[in-house]
Amino acid sequence: MRVMVIVKATEETEAGVMPGQELLAEMGKYNEELVKAGVMLAGEGLSASSGGRRVRFDGKKRTVIDGPFAETKELIAGFWLWQVKSMDEAVEWLKRAPFDGGAEVEIRRVFEDDDFGEAFTPELRDREARQRVEAEANAKKR
Amino acid sequence: MSGAAARRTVEAVWRIESAKLVAGLTRLVGDLGQAEDLAQDALVVALEKWPEAGVPENPGAWLMATAKHRALDHFRRAKMLDRRHEDLTRRLEAERPSPEAELHAALDDAIGDDLLRLIFMTCHPVLALQARVALTLRLLGGLTSEEIARAFLVPVTTVQQRIVRAKRTLKESRVPFELPPAHELGERLEAVLGVIYLIFNEGYSATAGEDWVRPALCEDALRLGRILAGLAPEEPEVHGLVALMEIQASRLRARRGPEGEPVLLLDQDRGRWDQLLIRRGLEALERAESLRRPLGPYCLQGAIAACHARAKAPGETDWEAIVALYDALAEIDPSPVVELNRAVAVGMAFGPEAGLALVDELVSEPALKSYHWLPSVRGDLLAKLGRTEEARSEIERAAFLTQNLRERELLLGRVKSLGGHGG
Repeated sequence: MRVMVIVKATEETEAGVMPGQELLAEMGKYNEELVKAGVMLAGEGLSASSGGRRVRFDGKKRTVIDGPFAETKELIAGFWLWQVKSMDEAVEWLKRAPFDGGAEVEIRRVFEDDDFGEAFTPELRDREARQRVEAEANAKKR
Repeated sequence: MSGAAARRTVEAVWRIESAKLVAGLTRLVGDLGQAEDLAQDALVVALEKWPEAGVPENPGAWLMATAKHRALDHFRRAKMLDRRHEDLTRRLEAERPSPEAELHAALDDAIGDDLLRLIFMTCHPVLALQARVALTLRLLGGLTSEEIARAFLVPVTTVQQRIVRAKRTLKESRVPFELPPAHELGERLEAVLGVIYLIFNEGYSATAGEDWVRPALCEDALRLGRILAGLAPEEPEVHGLVALMEIQASRLRARRGPEGEPVLLLDQDRGRWDQLLIRRGLEALERAESLRRPLGPYCLQGAIAACHARAKAPGETDWEAIVALYDALAEIDPSPVVELNRAVAVGMAFGPEAGLALVDELVSEPALKSYHWLPSVRGDLLAKLGRTEEARSEIERAAFLTQNLRERELLLGRVKSLGGHGG
């Protein structure tokens, strides 16, 4: 299964304060461990929300809102995508991360095909059928 | 912490730490079987203690210290006072460091070397192929015998026997816990890659049973491949294998229809391909190519997979490039299966007639006698040439030959779609 590990923003990240040398080195080491264990699929840090934008949807109307955004604790400062066997494994990996100072980091499971279950089946089945018809039509053309 | 929660935590820690633990212990005691027993002992102690005392701050170091302690006890109790064991006891005592030192050791490259030694051991050519697979999944992948049995649709006892026998064989053959000497490295690495790719393929194209794919096995193989790429970054074929698996795995969602039935490459909805895995695959291929060594079979297959991954629609596939890659593959790693694939590519690049000519040469090939893809491909080419009757009987034959129920349904569906009688 895949999980997304969501690192929340803090006043520092929102102020654009870059992490110190020591933390960067520790984080680099940690990332290397994740890569070596075949766990890390992707990971990025995000710049402060002052450089971000939001688009608000209301019917046909689209409103663009410029950052920064107020609710610091709800903002995201970075993420990883991990491949793990279980949520417990993800927790064990995350415990080893070099965070401190009351930081809260969230782990969420990424939806997989099976999660959609029956809900998606009819639509997919239609598409499948359409594809087959198209494929046959193409085959006849050749 | 509740008992169940603690147990899950212990299992998760085990999954992360077991390979390093067994590798480190094998280096110390020299015997893989004994090392695994010690590691298991430590696991049992953890299951007893952690629910009450809580999970230690550095669980990996804790497990290692506990296992070493057990080893000492064991040797003392057995009163084995010959020189070898005295030495060993001394070494174990000298090596019992503080948790901090243990943490540093864990981050040290020595662990990486131990893991590499371990995978060369579990994939050693003295072992039967199935034994290599079981031992590698168990010791490097951290899977239980039950999980391995479920993945390969065999009884648990079969897996357990394979593992016990494999460990005995390694001991009796005195397989050392060492990296292979330079002159053997290529061959031994090939054996390791072969085991990982076999695991991947068993998941990707289940050879038997009701499922057409078993994605969990693909994930296990991918993880092993990614670990190996970290351990042996100078070997282009390791990156080649990773590229091949990442790109093939990127299609897992698309190659399985809503009823679990197979959807073949050219019929797949490319919007469902996993772009993250494609990107990772292309990067791995770049890493392989940047090492500037001749491309081996995995790099070439990875490059072929990359050609498909780069095509936004089936019609944009660079079939001539694929033919060239198959030519190169046929040269360094000739096999009837490669020839058959090459024939498919030729059929797409230069027309069904050219493809059929190549396939016809393979019909008498004994190795392909019961290989269902041969009549399946031949049937396709015949259908494209309008030779419907022949096409139908070929595809029917393919349906008869396959062991996979889902594939059989797909093939019978194609017989039906060809119209006429039968089907």
